[in-house]
Amino acid sequence: MAGKTLYDKLWDSHLVQQRDDGSALIYIDLQLLHEVTSPQAFEGLRLAGRKPWRTSASLATPDHNVPTTKHERISGVDGIEDPVSKIQVTTLDENCNEFGITEFNMKDIRQGIVHVVGPEQGATLPGMTVVCGDSHTSTHGAFGALAHGIGTSEVEHVLATQCLVQKKSRNMLVRVDGELSPWVSAKDVVLAIIGAIGTAGGTGYAIEFGGTGIQSLSMEGRMTVCNMAIEAGARVGLIAVDDTTIEYVKNRPYAPKGEHWDMAVAAWQDLVSDKDAQFDEVVVIKSEDIKPQVTWGTSPEMVIAIDEAIPRPEDQIDPVKKEGYARAWKYMGLEGKTTLADVTLDRVFIGSCTNSRIEDLRIAAEVVKGRKVASSLKQAIVVPGSGLVKAQAEKEGLHEIFEAAGLEWREPGCSMCLAMNADKLGNGEHCASTSNRNFEGRQGFGGRTHLVSPAMAAAAAIAGHFVDVSEFVKH
Amino acid sequence: MRPFTKHTGLAAPLDLANVDTDMIIPKQFLKSIKRTGFGKNLFDELRYEDEGQPDQSCERRPLRHDFVLNQPRYAGASVLLARQNFGCGSSREHAPWALDDYGIRSIIAPSFADIFYNNCFKNGLLPIVLDAEEVDQLFAEVDAKEGAQIDVDLENQTVTSPSGAKFEFVVDQFRKHCLLNGLDDIGLTLQQEESIRRYEEKRMNDAPWLFLSREQ
Ligand code: SF4
Repeated sequence: MAGKTLYDKLWDSHLVQQRDDGSALIYIDLQLLHEVTSPQAFEGLRLAGRKPWRTSASLATPDHNVPTTKHERISGVDGIEDPVSKIQVTTLDENCNEFGITEFNMKDIRQGIVHVVGPEQGATLPGMTVVCGDSHTSTHGAFGALAHGIGTSEVEHVLATQCLVQKKSRNMLVRVDGELSPWVSAKDVVLAIIGAIGTAGGTGYAIEFGGTGIQSLSMEGRMTVCNMAIEAGARVGLIAVDDTTIEYVKNRPYAPKGEHWDMAVAAWQDLVSDKDAQFDEVVVIKSEDIKPQVTWGTSPEMVIAIDEAIPRPEDQIDPVKKEGYARAWKYMGLEGKTTLADVTLDRVFIGSCTNSRIEDLRIAAEVVKGRKVASSLKQAIVVPGSGLVKAQAEKEGLHEIFEAAGLEWREPGCSMCLAMNADKLGNGEHCASTSNRNFEGRQGFGGRTHLVSPAMAAAAAIAGHFVDVSEFVKH
Repeated sequence: MRPFTKHTGLAAPLDLANVDTDMIIPKQFLKSIKRTGFGKNLFDELRYEDEGQPDQSCERRPLRHDFVLNQPRYAGASVLLARQNFGCGSSREHAPWALDDYGIRSIIAPSFADIFYNNCFKNGLLPIVLDAEEVDQLFAEVDAKEGAQIDVDLENQTVTSPSGAKFEFVVDQFRKHCLLNGLDDIGLTLQQEESIRRYEEKRMNDAPWLFLSREQ
């Protein structure tokens, strides 16, 4: 019999009940909750007179629409100017109180974007199943955990039963071979992967990312890669456990301690795909081919290397593609432009669950250090992923580097990633963003998003347009 | 949950591939803490000229007349014809809520995004995958005749076109059972309480560190 993939192993160890029709009940070890997708789930529990199955398996923090300016944040929930955001955040506080769920509220330094907070606290552990009502839950797969986004009624289902009804996905391996060039980051890797397989390329699959190009990444980088698995259509992204994983988890507040730690580490050694495991699909990408990436259109697959020309609709053969490209060209206002260096930027956003961890901020700071943001820019903001990331960055003096260069230093939250708070793009504005989605209107009505790595965003902030960061830093 | 057995209704053709959840219901409407009332903002950016705000009346807003649901002949549509990869993007369940609140009962497309597809069943909507040619034919027939209705029969797993052509579709048997009977997922799962407890006991033995209290 062929060996098992990492995904097979995680699936098997969480299987509560297999049903005849192929669906299964799987056990959930950790549910992360935030203010946007949980209120209706709690409402559902209350309406049905149900209670959470196991409160210690949940962890909550508000992130999607918390304000990120200091003056709004200083007085906690009361300081939220937008009434609707305030209701959501208050509702999360009340629900967590009522049902006895641990919450890092707005005044807690541990508050932040759920996908930054879970790993940071050691709440996310290798071998777990992790769910959250947010599609970027695949982030946690970087720890060799089975993690995916779910809808609100599934949030309620997991709260009430600690289980989820799932169908097993097929196995895909995306192997990135060889060493990455300097200034090419995890973000470029994952954008290049999405460019290669398309936004539906991973539909129905759990993608395991492997190969030396992935193994050499830090945990922060691995989280960036798994974060965007969903943009390739896969609900699950996974990376095998190795020493880097275990080192990262060690001594985190919620990580097992003492005897439990030793037991856990021993068990985690098995969280890799067996040598003879069979994948349904294997995609191989060479690291040396990956250059800094920038999206030009309104889907993450509309991505090119910085030195490439923007692909034209009229050169597309597939009619669906042709039409999609034409629509994207129009929306993005690309008429008369040849490369992305021709696009004048209005705003720069460094943040989101894709790229708001300490390593991301360090690299952005390195690029802007001693330089000044282009005067043509309306705004450049840096939004740390959590209160603890913010504290660490300030300890290292990164905030001073950003502020000296003319970037705003904000309070933690999702911010301009989805424009649910006041941070958003104006109609027609172009933004270099380290987030994960460039759909129409994602960062504000009529806003034009270009997805890039933190280093590329930082270089763009200085230049006022996109540049190849590896060239840029030489000057 | 409202059961879905059979439905015959006016069909509206949304001729656009990769319709994402941001298009179905833009994010400014996600702030509600309720499950209803999203219908008036379904496809908000495609439907109205201006940027919609939550809690705003939509009666006076300028319409985009080229958008399919704004055309008088499609008023009251309850079956949506769509193109490939419908519902891609975020996991927001507000997307099926908005469709449901608008009055859509079934969506027919050559393919759907996974999460959206799942979320439909949980909210009493029936997403149907047909071959691209079959969908093409439905588009053509609906376009050709004003008031064209499509018939959807979940029990027999068939879609009948306005001209009477019958197409079969595949649906997961468990989902079908739940939808036909309007069964709520949680109640079904709680019938398995013993299996869940048994799993937990075993797991607590093998991996006790997963069951520590998080209160620290
Ligand atoms: S940062 Fe963006 S993608 Fe990530 S959880 Fe927040 S809204 Fe979702």
